[in-house]
This record gives sequence, C-alpha cells and structure tokens, in this order.
Amino acid sequence: MPDEPTDAVALDGLVRRRGERLVLRDLTLAVPRGATVALLGPNGAGKSTLLRVLAGLLRPSRGGCRVLGHALPRERAAVKGRIGVLAHEPLLLRDLTVRENLVHRGRLLGGEAATPARIDALLEATDLVGRAAYPVAALSRGLTQRAAAAAALLGDPELLLLDEPLANLDPVAAERLGALLGPAPRSRFGAAGPRTRIVAGHDPEAALAESDLVVGLRGGALALLARPADVTDAEIGALYR
Amino acid sequence: MSARADVRTVLALEWRRERRAPQVLPTMLLFSVGAFVLYRFGLQDGSIDGPLAAGVLLVTTLLAALLGIGRLWTAEQDEGQLDAYRLTPASPAALVLAKALALWTFLLALHAVALPLFAFLLLSSAPGAGELAQVVLVLVLVDLGIAAVGAVVGAIAAAARSRELLVPLLGVPLTIPAIAIASEAIGPLLRADPGVVDGRWWLALALYDLVFLLVGWAVSEGIVED
Repeated sequence: MPDEPTDAVALDGLVRRRGERLVLRDLTLAVPRGATVALLGPNGAGKSTLLRVLAGLLRPSRGGCRVLGHALPRERAAVKGRIGVLAHEPLLLRDLTVRENLVHRGRLLGGEAATPARIDALLEATDLVGRAAYPVAALSRGLTQRAAAAAALLGDPELLLLDEPLANLDPVAAERLGALLGPAPRSRFGAAGPRTRIVAGHDPEAALAESDLVVGLRGGALALLARPADVTDAEIGALYR
Repeated sequence: MSARADVRTVLALEWRRERRAPQVLPTMLLFSVGAFVLYRFGLQDGSIDGPLAAGVLLVTTLLAALLGIGRLWTAEQDEGQLDAYRLTPASPAALVLAKALALWTFLLALHAVALPLFAFLLLSSAPGAGELAQVVLVLVLVDLGIAAVGAVVGAIAAAARSRELLVPLLGVPLTIPAIAIASEAIGPLLRADPGVVDGRWWLALALYDLVFLLVGWAVSEGIVED
C-alpha cells in the first residue's frame, strides 16, 4: 500500500478567477493531516471560494491544488466521498424529511454511510431524533444547520470544510455541534486516522483556541499564515481593517 | 456503489419529490388537458384523425414536456443538490441518465391519463386494440427521445439565467426529428381506415433515442462537474 501523503492540502500558487476578477491570488500553503486550520478574513476575502475549490466544486484557474494527495481537478474522482462540506447553503432537499435526506445522501456515498445505524447515530448526535420526520422546509435555520452538519459527517470524511459552522445556532446547540464537528479523531464513528478540518469564520478568539494553524485571507491573497500562539492582535486587526 | 444503484437512487428520489410536492406531473397534465379541450372547441367539430390527430397529440406532448424539462433540474440548481451530488462518488452519467428516466416515466404517466382523454375529446373514431398498442409503443419511444434530450437541455438551461427561454430554444429544434418521425408512424394508425406503420420509422425512433442517450452520457461530466 502506498504511503499516505503527509499534507491533507497543498496549494502552490493557486489562482481562481471569476470573469476578469481574481478571487484567489497566488495561494501557497500546506495543511498537515489531522490539523485544524482557522481560515479568517473579512467578507469577500475569498474564504468560501477557497473551501469550494478544496472540495472540488470549483476548478482552480491556475496553480497547483492537491487535496488528500490528489491533484485537483484532474484527480477529483479520487477525493469524492472523502470530503465533508458544511456551507451557507445546507445542500438538503427542502421537501424531504431530515431522515430522507440523510438516507438519500448515504446511498450515494455508499458503504457505512448508508446504514441506519450511522444515520441514527448522527441524528442522536445532532439532537434531531425528534425532528427526523420533519421536512427540512419546516425547520428553523438552526435546526437546518444541524441537519446539514449530520449530512456533512455522514461519510465520515477525512477532510471537513466548514464555513461558519456555528452560525444560526443557540449556545447549547453550538456547544453540541461544536463538539461533533470538533478536532476529535474520526474513530468516533469507527474509522481510522485523524480528520483534517478547515474552519472559516469571523470569531478569531474561538478560531485561535482550537486551531493548529491560522490562515488569513485579504482580497483573495494570503495575508496571514502562522501558528495560533504566534498570532498577535495587531495581525488579526490588520486582517479586518 | 454501482452506477445502476446510483441511477436507481436518484430516480427513486425524483418520484419521491414528485409525490411529496407535485410539480412536474400536474403541470404537464393540466397543460395537455387544457390543450385538448382548446383543440376540441378551436377545431369546431373537434373531430380529427390521421396525420392531423398525430400532430395534435405529439405537439401537445412536446409542449407539455418542455414544462417538465424546465423543472427537472431545479433542485440541483436552487437547493444545492448538484454540489451535494458532486461531493459523493456517484457518477455524473448516472445523474443525467436518472434525470432522463425520471422525465421519461413522468411522460409515460402523463400519457396514461392524457391519451384516453385525447381519444375521447378529439378522435373521430376510436383506434382498434392493435393500432392502440402500436400508438402506445411509438409514444414510449418518442417519450424516451424527448426525455434524453430534455435531461441535457434542462441541465444547460438550469445553469443559465434565462432558464425559461433556453428550454424551448434548445429543446424544440432538437426534438423536431423525433416529432416528425413519430408523426409519420402514428398518422396511419389514427386514420378512420388504419394503415400499417413503416418499419423504418420504428428504427429511426430507436436510433434517435440511442443517439441522444449517448449524447447525454458523453456530456454528463461537463454538465455535472463544471
């Protein structure tokens, strides 16, 4: 069996354009396997675009982008089902119930993801057992976020891309979901190996507390790359100024 | 998971969504019934047969199908389901084929209701059992062709801003051959003194279906991934 690459994500001069506009500019960084990355930056800095590129949902316009050891977009088939995404859009069907959404997604993911035991465990973990039979359209934004988190974790992903994962949640739900999406090893659901997480958000304090690496974007360019202990308030301030 | 299982999963989802929040079938059915009633009164005595009857049936089918095609990819576009699908290992071709099969089965369900209504409201004489069976077979083939085209056209249109404009703009020209061939096949069957369907029309329809199913497979990667 070939050696697993050490880096979960390796970017080399990554550029992403939207029309004439550069959304991501010449990003070069490496994220070790099992690390938690805090992705910070003001609105429009390119955080969500970067997460979509890493998920294989957007093509890089130029530069190298390796995710879980595979070059995107050429080898994107190799990373399908290994990446979980929790974004602003919940990626759930509104007319279907929470359970139906999970069952459908699980069938497409295949393997353990399709088993009732996994679905029940995630419904329990997200405190949605009582609402499993509700259509997603009938859920509040917070509950929808929890259902989306369950869907993102269904395939026990090696790489978790989280875009403001605790937005719209009350404190209790945030604590519960925070623990579920946290840096715990994937063995929580029986799989081996640590989970790499890239968490985009606007709460530097919380991000620094739980991350191994801080990445700051400004205008699509890398403005900050440091260990949390080395990040100063002035650097965070400059990122958002 | 196999591609066949992916197709089955998506097809089951399409029907589940249609049962849960009916959109495609009622729209197509109401349009067809409305069109037949309009023809009934618009053609004064409302009694038609032969090529004219075939034309009315097939053009109504195509226009109803365009309504269905316009809604076929709405969940993928509006509810992020294309992204959700792309994060799974399921193949792009399976999604496009499942969409085509969903539209095909919707059209077959439509015809199960609309064809008797068409015969009752518009046909000058009811076709015999043999002719009726052949009409149904032609409809099965032409519906498959429309569905194969519709799956691709619907995906292209859904990604564009002017979805409502693109569906007829792309769908009508591409389905003209299928409608023309099916009309040649059905026309003689709906005459007061029924004729025989020329074998080449069956072959031509089957070829049309095959070509557009292959086109759907060939462009599926581009449709789903980029």
